[in-house]
Amino acid sequence: MNVTITVNGTERVVDVAGHESLLHALRNDLDLPGTKDACEQGECGSCTVIFDGESLCSCLVMAADADGSTVSTVEGLSSDGELHPVQEAMLAEGAVQCGFCTPGFVVAGSHLLEVNPHPTEPEIREALSGNICRCTGYGAILRAFETVTGEGS
Amino acid sequence: MTTLTKPGVKGGIGTSVRRPDGKSKVTGSFAYASDLSSEDMLWGATLRSPHAHARLLKLDIAPALTISGVRAVLTQDDVPGEPLFGQEEQDQPVLCDGIARYWGEPVAVVAADDEETARRAAAAIVVEWELLEPVVDPDRAADEGSTFREMKVRRGDEAAVGSVVVEGFYETATQDQAPLGPEAGFAIPDGDGGLDLYITSQWIHVDHRQIIVCLDMEPDQIRCHPAGIGGAFGSREDISLHIHVAMLSLATGRPVKMVYDRSESFVGHVKRHPSRMWYRHEADEDGKLVKVKARLILDGGAYAHTSRAVIANAAFFAVGPYNCDNVEVDASAVKTNNPPAGAMRGFGAVQTCFGSEMQMDRLAEALDMDPLELRRRNVLAAGDRLATSGQIINGSLPMLAVMDALESIPLPSDEIEDDPRLLPGGTGLTTPASSVVRGIGYAINVKNLAFSEAFDDFSEARAVMTTDGVEIHTAAMEVGQGLVTLCQQIARTVLGTDDVEVMWDDTSSIGSAGSTSASRQTQMTGGAVHAASVGLRDKILDAHGGDELSYDGVYRRGELVATIDQICAEGPVKHHVQFRHPETFRPDENGQGDVHAGFVVSAHRAVVDVDPELGLVRVVQVDTAQDVGKAINPQAIVGQLEGGILQGVGLAVMEQLVIDGGVIKNPTFTDYLIPTFLDAPSVETRVVEEGDHFGPFGAKGIGESPTISATPAVVAAIRAATGRDLTRVPVLPEDIIGI
Repeated sequence: MNVTITVNGTERVVDVAGHESLLHALRNDLDLPGTKDACEQGECGSCTVIFDGESLCSCLVMAADADGSTVSTVEGLSSDGELHPVQEAMLAEGAVQCGFCTPGFVVAGSHLLEVNPHPTEPEIREALSGNICRCTGYGAILRAFETVTGEGS
Repeated sequence: MTTLTKPGVKGGIGTSVRRPDGKSKVTGSFAYASDLSSEDMLWGATLRSPHAHARLLKLDIAPALTISGVRAVLTQDDVPGEPLFGQEEQDQPVLCDGIARYWGEPVAVVAADDEETARRAAAAIVVEWELLEPVVDPDRAADEGSTFREMKVRRGDEAAVGSVVVEGFYETATQDQAPLGPEAGFAIPDGDGGLDLYITSQWIHVDHRQIIVCLDMEPDQIRCHPAGIGGAFGSREDISLHIHVAMLSLATGRPVKMVYDRSESFVGHVKRHPSRMWYRHEADEDGKLVKVKARLILDGGAYAHTSRAVIANAAFFAVGPYNCDNVEVDASAVKTNNPPAGAMRGFGAVQTCFGSEMQMDRLAEALDMDPLELRRRNVLAAGDRLATSGQIINGSLPMLAVMDALESIPLPSDEIEDDPRLLPGGTGLTTPASSVVRGIGYAINVKNLAFSEAFDDFSEARAVMTTDGVEIHTAAMEVGQGLVTLCQQIARTVLGTDDVEVMWDDTSSIGSAGSTSASRQTQMTGGAVHAASVGLRDKILDAHGGDELSYDGVYRRGELVATIDQICAEGPVKHHVQFRHPETFRPDENGQGDVHAGFVVSAHRAVVDVDPELGLVRVVQVDTAQDVGKAINPQAIVGQLEGGILQGVGLAVMEQLVIDGGVIKNPTFTDYLIPTFLDAPSVETRVVEEGDHFGPFGAKGIGESPTISATPAVVAAIRAATGRDLTRVPVLPEDIIGI
């Protein structure tokens, strides 16, 4: 079936199967592999996108249900080669190792700072607790967000 | 963060430079193996055994072949070459050979036009099984002599006795590496009967060696390429889908992509060996260790993989970083019908560090001595003999300096914050601050660096000066740890230019770099890059009579005598090396000898808050001091320490695969718990820089050390808080409550 999704500001029409998730549609049909597929159960946050203003796991949204929606992915976060402050801070603080969780963190994290520009440490931990990182132990990710919010060094 | 290391050079050793692949990773453009695709590609899928032990009575692929869009269905009969593969011992069938020996063993593979059709076709294959009794009890396997290797260590006087004796039995559960990136492979036919294979791996050359034998191909017909890797931690040390995706591509003449989903990943790679350990420690009244005896059983599952090396490590590090002249260790890696075990960060030393550190705490209790004081009275130093192999410790071993550095880190405030997010049980609001008991625990560890036991361990690298800058060529696998940055930093410092690019070569372009495991790439590939860079620099200086190489050319007594264009007038200048660490030897029949090339140590202190009534734990802080030799990239070191600690915390309080009758009951991220941001403790780190005897600038590998004693430190802290005699990890609520 054809669905119309506004992805990173561009209206796209895509033919999706009934069983297909939004994550699959983004990665396999819309050629946007930046959104990562790591668990397909909504547990790890690697596939986080902004869906009609909400930060959520795209593996838990049926592609067919995304008809008429507006979706932002990691590919839409930087503009004209300028990194988003969260992306810049993640690089500066060494918060990227294997990087598989990174798209999910930058999308969820940039959304967090929009709804709460000055989160406390427990608020950062809680807001990003749906994103699993297996490499860093989260320390550098925390420092990156504290840098962006002016709390860090 | 960048500082100058020599005039004109930025981003050399000792600086926290950014990863060259970082920007592509934060923008989502970095291509992981699972992101690769082409217009005409097929998707592969795998049919797996639903039984831990069964005889294949019937395998009918016809129903799968009738499905529209299915291009190939392959079984063991279709394996072109040798039917068995394995890194150390070739004992595993590429596809089921008539007997399934573990739950999830691959039986058949399918290629189809799309992913869903491939999976549907795999499910349509008709299989009939005769159930056989699975051997799932490692003790039974040991009793029956079903083992991959039995290690015996006998040192000193069997009759020696101490006046204070403690005995204990300990267990560690099966831990999964759970890297976020799934197993993935992309095979592309070259039109000449061969293939280019892009795979997730920790060592493409050892994969290549196994693949060509099973495909009956000449070495140059198959080229293994590194593909973007989303973490590894040991899970990619062994073959998973590599041969399958290659077979499907050869059979169809089309590019084929295979990616495991999470549940398949849990059965598709080897895991940390679960262990059962019995220990007896004897000490004199001053706390000096007199004798240590241990019996270790590690369950290797159905196939060998790296079990032979893992059990050796478990045995050699069974006493930990302590002097003891009388040692008796019997260690077996047993063969069962459980899921195969293999490499995971710490590689055998994790299990025995838990057992031996728990024993040291019990001994301290029996002696009424401070646990740290007991450790200080026994710790190893350079020049001492490793308690097990008896070899004199070569290289640096600053255990006491590491313990001093750890103790210099301030403890967190005693105040228990009344924020549910920071209390045991979290926002479930189950634990009031008034119910919380705090505990503090310590543990220390030693581990070998690089490969031991006479393994011919080397890494090749090539440094090339071009008019566009320096290229470093290697086939080492960057799995996230930051080897790419480290290679750049070393080359920049030696060659006097910051314009260095690391090129990941395939198996046909350069020789092996060895495995990205055993904490070895900093020293081995770092050492190879250093030697190649020094060789290139000296070659260029000799050719032009110079005394210094800088970013713009060769200098003699401060004057430029040859520009980069002049240096490269006859083309790029190259220097290729094969770097080896000091020779190691096989142990004798008593486990004695110069078995290891070098050692690394670290220490951990854990602070935990426990609700003893509900059995809930919050790990508040884990501090560490780490022996690093020389800090090449301080920020990357902190990343390894924090990340490694969290995997140790995971094993201490939550991570375990529940395996019942050989069947994994929790192969999902919903049921296999991994520490989240809210579970992660604060971490303070200190590094001790005492240059080692091999490796670039005295640096040591530190990938595994942070994980090893983090686990017993957390358990010691929970014991301190609760008084419970905890003997198994992960520690679960029922262990704390005592039901």
